[in-house]
Amino acid sequence: MARNTAALAAGVATVAVLALGGCHAGPSRDTSADDAPWGGTQVVLPARASGEPELVQVPPPPFSDGVFPCSDCHAQPDLPPNRTRRVLVDAHDEIVLKHDEEHRWCLDCHDAVDRDQLHLAGGELVPFSESYRLCGQCHGEKHRDWRAGIHGRRTGFWNGRKEYLLCVHCHDPHAPRFKPLVPRPAPVHPGPMTR
Amino acid sequence: MATPRTAHDVDDHPTSLTRRSFTTCAAAAAAGWILTACGPKRLYDVSRERLRELVGDVEREYSATYGKDVTVSAAGPQPGVLFGYALDISRCTGCRRCVYACVEENNQSRDPQVHWIRVLQMDKEHGVDFAHADQYYEPAQVPEEGKFYVPVSCQQCRDAPCTKVCPTGATWAEKDGIVVIDYDWCIGCRCCMSACPYGARHFNWKAPSVAATDVNPHMHYLGNRPRPKGVVEKCTFCIQRVREGRYPACVEVCPVGARKFGNLLDPDSEIRYIIEHERVMVLKEELNTMPKFFYFYGT
Repeated sequence: MARNTAALAAGVATVAVLALGGCHAGPSRDTSADDAPWGGTQVVLPARASGEPELVQVPPPPFSDGVFPCSDCHAQPDLPPNRTRRVLVDAHDEIVLKHDEEHRWCLDCHDAVDRDQLHLAGGELVPFSESYRLCGQCHGEKHRDWRAGIHGRRTGFWNGRKEYLLCVHCHDPHAPRFKPLVPRPAPVHPGPMTR
Repeated sequence: MATPRTAHDVDDHPTSLTRRSFTTCAAAAAAGWILTACGPKRLYDVSRERLRELVGDVEREYSATYGKDVTVSAAGPQPGVLFGYALDISRCTGCRRCVYACVEENNQSRDPQVHWIRVLQMDKEHGVDFAHADQYYEPAQVPEEGKFYVPVSCQQCRDAPCTKVCPTGATWAEKDGIVVIDYDWCIGCRCCMSACPYGARHFNWKAPSVAATDVNPHMHYLGNRPRPKGVVEKCTFCIQRVREGRYPACVEVCPVGARKFGNLLDPDSEIRYIIEHERVMVLKEELNTMPKFFYFYGT
């Protein structure tokens, strides 16, 4: 009964958003939290030259502590979605967008209605664990290489089960440029040649 | 009056095989066979039973030395596998994580220091130029402006000069393409080091040191088992890992995913995808060593 009510409410909300000319269109996928609550997901890779499509494991997305689920805060009735593009001051002000910031802002990727998911340009909802689909919309070439196994780190078995990382494990989605690293020590110099 | 013998005479009167010469030859052949059969053998000639004995011996020895359970594998090459490696020069940031992952995985000596991987820093302006490469760079952060990085380790050549010069046959290419060294047969003459155009072979000038706590107990007879003083060692693609299907340690540790590894004979492998879709090159191609270690620009 409760579930029906919730589904009805969601449906009403969707219709309302559509009626308001919102960005939310297309089928929403049921990715209820009790399915795989961020325990990692599997990605099906298309078969290449021969053989079966391959399954690879991706670890759960790297959320900051206590930030997920977003609906813990955003579902409160006194916090309706504000779709006006603006600089955030009350919350999330630590996020400095350096990712085509002239053209984008939060709700281009984060969904205004279902805060616990992202959405594609076409409106399709995407869980955080499949964020590579969102990234792949613009970075198609990198997405292709990632699926082929040549962009990004691989662990596991060269002839079997592999683990891929999500794009966001290495690239902060809000400032995706790879951060410089502190190098490990240089090898010991053998010193000048002496007799 | 004797006339000088000519070749014509010899042809006309071939020396007959006397009973004495036959017996002498047979005895020499038998002695040679016995010596070969009873003496020490190179690892590729050793029977499986003998190999198990050898492995058991060294397992016990290392377990006692380091006070922990050491396993030494003697796993052979998998059929239908030829290993290849690719490194994305456009991604490598020169952070040297691979160098130290390799040291820990392969029980390289800490002091004196042995590194199987050397990361060369080069100028973007000059391109790949070994003469002006710097392996001792030490900035606060990498990558540095205007620089790029070329990590070099054993290139696992298909026509490996090192195996051709070895006077004792202590180093050879396995069927899966890994060039290995039998540390028991290496006499430390270092011919292979001067033959290698990539500086990939390293010599233990002093007794190698690895603390018992740091020893990786997962070993392979031709790979990361502790080496004695006075032998040459090199990268084996982490033979103890890759023959079990795992990736080499440097592949798994690389924070930018610049290192790729797989089976060159498998059309679905990552390495084949790279060779077929990217611009790949090998180092010092003009020497015709035919490395199985490829470099590419992924962007």
